[in-house]
Amino acid sequence: MTTQTTAEAETKTKPLTGAEILVRALVDQGVDTIFGYPGGAVLPIYDALFHEPKLRHVLVRHEQGATHAAEGYARSTGKPGVVLVTSGPGATNAITGIVDALMDSIPLVVITGQVATHLIGSDAFQEADTVGITRSCTKHNYLVKNVNDLARVVHEAFHIATSGRPGPVVIDIPKDVQFMPGPYIGPEEAKPLHTYNPRTKGDPTKIAEAIALLATAKRPVFYTGGGIINAGPAASQALRDLAHMVGAPVTSTLMGLGAFPAADDQWLGMLGMHGSFEANHVMHDCDVMVCLGARFDDRITGRLDAFSPGSKKIHVDIDPSSINKNVRVDIGIVGDAGSIITDMIAAWNEGGYKKPDLADWWAQIETWRARNGFAYRKDPNVIKPQYAIERLYELTKDRKTYISTEVGQHQMWAAQFYRFEEPNRWMTSGGLGTMGYGLPAAVGAQMAHPDALVIDIAGEASVQMTMQEFSTAVQFNLPIKIFIINNEWMGMVRQWQQLLHGERYSHSYSESLPDFVKLAEALGGVGIRATTPDELDAKIMEMIDSPRPVLFDCRVAKEENCFPMIPSGKAHNEMLLGDDGTDLDSAIDDEGKMLV
Amino acid sequence: MPPRVNEAIEKRTFAVLVDNEPGVLARVVGLFSARGYNIESLTVAETDTANHASRITIVTSGTPLILEQIRAQLDRMVSIRTVQDVSSDPLGIERELSLIKVRGTGEQRAEALRLADIFRAKVIDTTHESFVFELTGASSKIDKFLGLMEPLGLVEMSRTGVLSLTRGID
Repeated sequence: MTTQTTAEAETKTKPLTGAEILVRALVDQGVDTIFGYPGGAVLPIYDALFHEPKLRHVLVRHEQGATHAAEGYARSTGKPGVVLVTSGPGATNAITGIVDALMDSIPLVVITGQVATHLIGSDAFQEADTVGITRSCTKHNYLVKNVNDLARVVHEAFHIATSGRPGPVVIDIPKDVQFMPGPYIGPEEAKPLHTYNPRTKGDPTKIAEAIALLATAKRPVFYTGGGIINAGPAASQALRDLAHMVGAPVTSTLMGLGAFPAADDQWLGMLGMHGSFEANHVMHDCDVMVCLGARFDDRITGRLDAFSPGSKKIHVDIDPSSINKNVRVDIGIVGDAGSIITDMIAAWNEGGYKKPDLADWWAQIETWRARNGFAYRKDPNVIKPQYAIERLYELTKDRKTYISTEVGQHQMWAAQFYRFEEPNRWMTSGGLGTMGYGLPAAVGAQMAHPDALVIDIAGEASVQMTMQEFSTAVQFNLPIKIFIINNEWMGMVRQWQQLLHGERYSHSYSESLPDFVKLAEALGGVGIRATTPDELDAKIMEMIDSPRPVLFDCRVAKEENCFPMIPSGKAHNEMLLGDDGTDLDSAIDDEGKMLV
Repeated sequence: MPPRVNEAIEKRTFAVLVDNEPGVLARVVGLFSARGYNIESLTVAETDTANHASRITIVTSGTPLILEQIRAQLDRMVSIRTVQDVSSDPLGIERELSLIKVRGTGEQRAEALRLADIFRAKVIDTTHESFVFELTGASSKIDKFLGLMEPLGLVEMSRTGVLSLTRGID
């Protein structure tokens, strides 16, 4: 101990309350923003926040919004997102965002209030068994019954949320513990109860094996995922170096977009159910697949027994349970993607490997590229949704832009037509597929990047799920842009009903839609509507130039489908395309219909 | 992962050392139910008070890939310190304790007692027409004994599930 700050000296004389310990611990963890909503069981914490200028509190309108906003903050900064909600309904409303963060490996620390310890189990007012409910949807959770444990638990929670495979951690704090005086210990002195030290360095023998395999490949591919984004910007840079060294094509999952620049010649676009024609064919026909920080999700693999049948597979993942979970791999390497890619580059150089001749492979890839799987028919009178996103991209690409999405067709079109050159610029709900994610995620991203252009590419159905967070944006002067691809349908549901359920459009029409322009104005923002392709550019510019939050009602073609599509139960080389005249009714067999 | 041909279901015993804290058993059991794994038996008790450690012994079954997955899923839980595969360890020992009530009179009763003696079961309660036996051993031995008691008036039983340890000094 070299120096002692005044704050520390004060602590010695006057013990802090639990609430003050929590706030101090958050400050010491480098937290600057909290997304939350007050209530009875967190009043002491809110009282402590009242005296703490270092923590900005963003008052959301619903606790689900707080968790998604924290996810947007985390995804766009690489730092953990922090949520503060009350007991009972506060905690249960936050559950969707917590599960979302678990599925997409987003670091969150969620603090929930709880009824006083002596009331736990008595069905007290606003009591819910928060640790019981969140046990299966958090990376770890705590009920802190003793104020002496509180500081340690908070520091440990940040360590667990951010190390290894990131994820949400819940800390449930009973109200009496918030009032109780107790000791504060800093992050350095806190002795963790749990020895949680996941492996980050990859096994050198396996890395050498992987490199030797890669060097002999005739048709290699890099299949990358959100793990690269989570490993930090250096990992994205290392991926670029490795890919250029080997000369192999690169594709990515939805979560990994931006890790490899879309402008690069080696970029194939996203793979999977609505991935690019070339990416899916490359995955099917490759001879060596290098999976970096992705998890062979069912949206990626399609039919498992026909997934990339002729390839040797190398899988790099920080989570040992991801390896061999869905797809059996030949070389599994556990560790941090950034560290392992760097070691792979070193192993390549040490081994004196030369860039392989992949001319034949690239010639094949060019024929797939030439097929232009994302092609759609333009219409001079109606805005096609793809066209709307293409124009949005063209008019925003030279700015510092962050894109979030809701879930459905617009999300897939955004992934297909918006091009990302850098990591942390893209926030979407991949694993859980949470409609309503994008608007609050934009709030979180804009809090972290006040000068950036933050756009939620939304659907008119999804956006209504967390619409009220637009008020939050108004309150905090966050000029987020909600770009609604409004086709008056739950588009992806409608598409599946068309393909799988005999065009019986059961409850998927967006009835009684609000007038989004008037709604924006009523909420204190700006409403803009575009109905024809001619006026689209000018309207988008008006949106970008507005210093206020904007709801943009982009009226698009109503029954456009999202292609390419790997139908359920089919393989990568059995994609449906929008323009090849396939009989869509019979494209999916009965077995495929069982799958989601 | 879809099961493949030639992939037989195997039984496996895992010894899991966990932090002794509230909810830790629920975490482990929740993992098994959430992911659809089998639990054939499970025992838990605090085994190292000074280090706040409890030991959970789980008998489960699945294909080799599922078993590998169960182990990896357990291993990554924050509250779990170590996971040991006892059944694949040549030094692994597995034992189970059972209490078995048998009701009968005359020759059946005498036969039950003779068999109990062969199996080294202890009589811990008796009436003129019943015994409660205590039997310790491998699960297969207990199964065998129960099979023999069945026609002799087996009434009910209680089993602890498997406990395990490894032989040797470590």
